[in-house]
Order: sequence, then C-alpha cells, then structure tokens
Amino acid sequence: MFPPLPNPSVQPVPPKFGEQDLISRSASTITPPAQRQTEVAKLIDTSKCIGCKACQVACLEWNDMHEEVGVNVGVYDNPPDLTPASWTVMRFTEWVNPETKDLEWLIRKDGCMHCEDPGCLKACPAPGAIVQYSNGIVDFVHENCIGCGYCVKGCPFNIPRISKVDHKAYKCSLCSDRVAVGQGPACQKACPTQAIVFGTKDEMKKWADIRIADLKSRGFKNAGLYDPPGVSGTHVMYVLHHADQPEIYAGLPKNPRISPIVDLWKGLTRYAGLTAIAAFAAIGVLHHLVKGPNRVSPEDEQRAKQLAGDRVS
Amino acid sequence: MTTSAYDVEPGDAVHPGDPVVVDRYTTGARINHWITATSLVLLAISGLALFHPKLFFLTALFGGGQNTRAIHPWIGVILFFSFLGLFLRFWRANLWEHTDNVWLARLRDVLGAREDRLPEVGKYNAGQKVVFWSMSLLIVVLITSGVLIWDQYFSDYTTVEQNRVAVLVHSLAAVTVICVWIVHVYAAIWVRGTIGAMTRGQVTGGWAWRHHRKWLKELVLGRPKDQKTGATPAE
Repeated sequence: MFPPLPNPSVQPVPPKFGEQDLISRSASTITPPAQRQTEVAKLIDTSKCIGCKACQVACLEWNDMHEEVGVNVGVYDNPPDLTPASWTVMRFTEWVNPETKDLEWLIRKDGCMHCEDPGCLKACPAPGAIVQYSNGIVDFVHENCIGCGYCVKGCPFNIPRISKVDHKAYKCSLCSDRVAVGQGPACQKACPTQAIVFGTKDEMKKWADIRIADLKSRGFKNAGLYDPPGVSGTHVMYVLHHADQPEIYAGLPKNPRISPIVDLWKGLTRYAGLTAIAAFAAIGVLHHLVKGPNRVSPEDEQRAKQLAGDRVS
Repeated sequence: MTTSAYDVEPGDAVHPGDPVVVDRYTTGARINHWITATSLVLLAISGLALFHPKLFFLTALFGGGQNTRAIHPWIGVILFFSFLGLFLRFWRANLWEHTDNVWLARLRDVLGAREDRLPEVGKYNAGQKVVFWSMSLLIVVLITSGVLIWDQYFSDYTTVEQNRVAVLVHSLAAVTVICVWIVHVYAAIWVRGTIGAMTRGQVTGGWAWRHHRKWLKELVLGRPKDQKTGATPAE
C-alpha cells in the first residue's frame, strides 16, 4: 500500500506555490522562475478502481459545485459526460478480452490530465486565463476567461466545458488550492481503494512500476503506465491493465498530441496573417508615395461635359 | 458571354452642368454599404483582438473579453445580411466580361494610372469585381465557419475536430478579407473623387469619363442595342 498523505496541520500556512511559480501563462510572455518546483502527479490505477464514484462526490463537495439532477441514460456513467460542474466522471466500459473471452469491466476516471504541453493554454486567447505552475498543475483563472471555447479545441482529451450560466471554462484544477497547502486532491483523499494516489511525479512513476509488476505477475502482460509523450507527459497518469490499447478505456487516446490544425492556427497562420495584413497596408502607402494620387484632369471633365451636353437635354 | 453587359443600375443618372454630376449610388445602397462597412471594421477589430495576444487590448473597445466574445458573432450576422443586400444590388454589374481579363492583364498600367491604355470600363472595373466576388465568397466562408465555432449556441451540434478545422478556416478567411478590404479602401483613396460615391452617392462626369467610360456612355446614350452605332459585343 502507498503510504497515505498525512493529514496536515490545521494551522494556516502560506501557499507553497503561486504567481511567482508560473512556467506559462496563456496569451502572455513570461519569464519562468529559475528554480522549478518538484513536479506533482496523480496516479489513477484502473485495475484498483471499483467505480464507487466517491471521487466524483468529493470533487463536487470540495469545489462546492452542484450538478443538475440528470436522467439515467442506461449506463453507469453519471453524469454521462463531463460538465462545467462535474470535473471528473467515471467512464465504464464492458470489454470482452479476445484472448481469455473474459468480460472485463474497465472503469476510468476521466478528467483533466494536466499535460506538460497543454493544448488548452496554447489555444487560449485571453491573457492569464490559463496558467501552468512549475509543479505541473494547469489551472483556469476564471476572472480572465472570456468563454470563447478555444481551450476545448486545443485540448487533445476533450476536457474543458463552457458554462451556459457564466460563460467561463471549467475543468479539474488538480485541487491546486489543496495542493498549495500540502494536501492531496479531494478525489484522492476520498478514494477507498487507493486507486487514486498523489505525490511527486517521480514517486508516482515508481509506485506505478510496482503496480505494473504486480499486474504482470497476475497475467496482464500488457499492463503499463499511461504518461503520453505526445504532450510531453501528463501530471495525471493511469496504470492500465491493457496499456497497449488505451482506446478501449472509453476512448482514451493512444497517442495524444496537440492537433496539427491547432498548431497551424496558433503558429504559422498568426504570423503569416499579420504579416500579410501589414504588407498590404505598406504596399498601399508605398504606392501612394511613389505614384501620387490618381486625379481626374480638367480634360476629363471637359470630355464628360461634351458627352453629356451633346446627348442629354 | 454573348452580349456586352449593360451596367447601368437603378438610380444611376447624369446631370449636365459644370462639372457634370453623375448619380452612382442611391441612398438605400449607401446606407446598406455603411452598415456593411461599419460591421466589417468592428468584426476586424474584435476578431484581431482574439487572434493575437498583442492585440487583445482591443477588447477594451467592446467592454472587455467576455463582451467581445459575445458580440463578435452577432456583428457577423448583421454583416452577412447587410452584405447579402449589397450582393443582390450589385451582382449583375459585377458579372465577369472579356474586357476584364484585358484590364487585369494590364495591371501595370492600372497601377501606373495610365487609363488611356486600358479598355473602357463599365460600372465596375476588374479590380472592383475581384473585390466584390472575393468578399462574396469569403463572407459565406466566414459565416459558415463562424457559426460552427459559435460556442454559445452551436457547440452541441459540432465535434471538436470540426471546430478545429472551422477556426483555422475562419482565421485564414478573415485575414484574406482584411487584405481585400485594404485593397478596396486604398483604391478608393488613391483614385481621387471616389469617396463622394460612398458619402453623397455622386461622382463628377470627369471621374466617370476617366475611370468608367463605358458606364458613362451607357448612361448618356442608352442601351448599346438602342444605339445605331452599336458597341461591338465581345463575342
């Protein structure tokens, strides 16, 4: 068993990280701090998850969110998708293992992966609406959010949701407020089976190795860690019994990366576009300077007079 | 193209005098154009504000980022319908003709203000027609891609992948529209005597003689088929 995080002191303590620890800020140029904080990570072990949804409840409770009462859509997923109030959702998949013919119930806790290379932050046009701390947490700063939905287009995991009420984007904060005072995320705290553990990213990788070795010894020969390199790794990682095919876990992408379309939009298009606009304006100014205005001559007026005078009475 | 186009639009008229004054745009057409022009400028400013972080400060003109995000698509809807009005007014006189190819081939003379080397031009020259048709096409592209990425109302009907393509197409089309707009505005400034057509709806006879002689002749002489001399159709 992974040693649980001790309950912290109830004495107020200053936050362990803040503005000074940002390594990137949406639509802004910042100088990252010289010293990077130890990277944190949440490890979700799908092989230990029993689908109790305690994590969902803890998330709602800690973040003081009130999900609308929905309807049963015929599966265990409830709500059926992430919403502005449900930052995490258990996704249930019934999968028949073609080798063993066993029915396997795959349960994956979906939510923000806290990418090292966050597509949401790259796509965001509002300065400071999305920030990335040096410990790896990617957080939305709601007072700066304009509700455009660009983060949804940037995200390779389809995580952010825009509220129809206040038109701001919402997603898992990795309980940045709790982590700042030395606690683990609410979901981790509530998990009864230690399917969710939290610590430094190195600790989590080491713990995952132990879990993977255990799973392999039980016959899950493709057990492995999901820490996708396409987004330079994530600060929420999965232990999967079938790491060779992550897509069977309710469509977890096999090789997530920021879409090349988003790269093109936020990269070349932006620079080439503004350059083209500036070039057109500059050519206009230059042409006018060189050629001068194209004026109507008195001769032209005279010819028009002749034409009009001759024919129109 | 079997017949030479007759470009005179309703409301076009010649008033002899010194100078000759030519009615080019009706009050309705001018109001229609002003609404379109204002919308396009507002769209460009609010769009550019969300296009590059260095221009985000422009959102202040619309009351902040949230308001800019909310208002931009609605201005787009106004522009679309307003431009539709312009399209219905002007499309016929903007049909492409053989002489337009000649005019474009002599772009060097156009930019050199050597009107004497250019074919006689109807109500619109080839450059204006290019502006008209590119605006028509681009505005359709912009409203379509714009609705797809109008998150507030249409996010439930589109996929993320469709939105990614739409937002890229929207930005490329918007950049092109702004470039076309620069050409349009510059031409109106460079060719002196043009702005009056936009503000008062009138130009001088000399302006029409110099830049749109075929149109002026049609106005004065009537339809080519009515003329005994007969303009040579571009057959």
